Amino acid sequence: MANNRESIGNTLKVAFFLCLVCAVVVSTLAVGLRPAQHDNRTQFRQQNILQAAGLYERGMDVRSAFENIERRFVDIETGEYVERSEDYDQRRAARDPNESRAVSPDPAGIRRQAHVAEVFLARDEAGEINRIILPVHGYGLWSTMYGFLALEADANTIAGIGFFDHAETPGLGGEIDNPRWQENWVGKKLFDDDGNVAIEVIKGSVGPDVPDREHKIDGLSGATITANGVNHMVQFWVGERGFGPYLERMREQQYGDDSWAAVVAIEE
Amino acid sequence: MAQAKAKDVLFEPIFNNNPIALQILGICSALAITTNMQTTLTMCLAVLFVMTLSNFSVSLIRNHIPSNIRIIVQMTIITSLVIIVDQTLQAFAYDISRQLSVFVGLIITNCIIMGRAEAFAMSNSPVMSAIDGIGNAIGYSIVLIFVGVCRELFGSGSLMGINILTPVTEGGWYQTNGLMLLPPSAFFLIGFFIWFLRAWKPAQVEEEPYRIAPNSRTSEAF
Repeated sequence: MANNRESIGNTLKVAFFLCLVCAVVVSTLAVGLRPAQHDNRTQFRQQNILQAAGLYERGMDVRSAFENIERRFVDIETGEYVERSEDYDQRRAARDPNESRAVSPDPAGIRRQAHVAEVFLARDEAGEINRIILPVHGYGLWSTMYGFLALEADANTIAGIGFFDHAETPGLGGEIDNPRWQENWVGKKLFDDDGNVAIEVIKGSVGPDVPDREHKIDGLSGATITANGVNHMVQFWVGERGFGPYLERMREQQYGDDSWAAVVAIEE
Repeated sequence: MAQAKAKDVLFEPIFNNNPIALQILGICSALAITTNMQTTLTMCLAVLFVMTLSNFSVSLIRNHIPSNIRIIVQMTIITSLVIIVDQTLQAFAYDISRQLSVFVGLIITNCIIMGRAEAFAMSNSPVMSAIDGIGNAIGYSIVLIFVGVCRELFGSGSLMGINILTPVTEGGWYQTNGLMLLPPSAFFLIGFFIWFLRAWKPAQVEEEPYRIAPNSRTSEAF
């Protein structure tokens, strides 16, 4: 018995059956639970979108709140709406050479950028757009920071910012998650009177005598590189190589409410 | 070896032969996930589940496992169980799974589980091994819960997310102890735990590895 147990044949047999049993158990479970996991991830993302837009309250039903939010796809270069399927994944598209381009120069440190980006539009009870929510990402000190930037309907005033994935130093760069810091973005303007990008994260805090204070955001003490990363990220994404063309159309009301309704009608 | 009694197998690891305090195993997870009670308890349940079933399964096939691949066989069983836990958490407790992140996966390398599979399950019956798994998981959990309670209570002023000592940042009086939220505090707490335990049960105090020889010089001054 003991000899038989140590034989090469038995070793292979035990290894084979063990692997078979484990593989069947693990893969059955993984496949069976995938829908629930997918739902969780979607809901987590939706919750972050609502948080960035300042529409989230603790304990609310994310799914039903998200029914007032519409997901659209924008061609980065022209700023026009384009059609994409529901399961379009911007992060995956950014890796596909046919669907993306290299970014150069690359202040935000993102290397490649998808041709088509998603935007989220929140509507109030009357059906008017009251928030434009843009996905943004850029490199900080250690990591790429993924977040959302929410704008008022004028496509200029910031309604909020939030990050859902980053690995900056807790307590220093990690303070980008601090609601008190995020609060000082609210109400700031992205563009100056000539339509140029003017938003800036400065070093130190924005005192009452700082010129153009409506465009300035407090820096993070002890986290200059992270704060610079956020600065470059926002400037890049609202600039002309980011959502600039789209936001310009928004500001000029090129998607007036009527034409908008028509677009929606065609899609549905 | 005489057959051990189920009661001893279950209760010995709790204080007399505690896996963390006496065997000093599984410290890394005890540092990482004890900043609040919710993750601590989830981790305890995950370890309980994995250790019980891994001990049971390893013991079930112990007479067929060739000794030259036994570690890999144990590892495969443990890994499969950990994946089950991880996938289940992702599906039903997404928030907790995000907080525990990589540490669920690291249960695989938790030395307690491997140690019990190798030391106990390989030479005992399945039911006894399962009981041994439960006992060791409880021993592990007791230390974790002790550390978790101290860290959350003094670090954030709350327990299970419910405020007990209202912190200053929320308009209360309690100045939170930031050190408690950092990993080194868990080292101190585990150190205190071991100290108290050995003061209570001096049999656990280890022998010095060497002793200084008594002074052979007898003269008072030289």
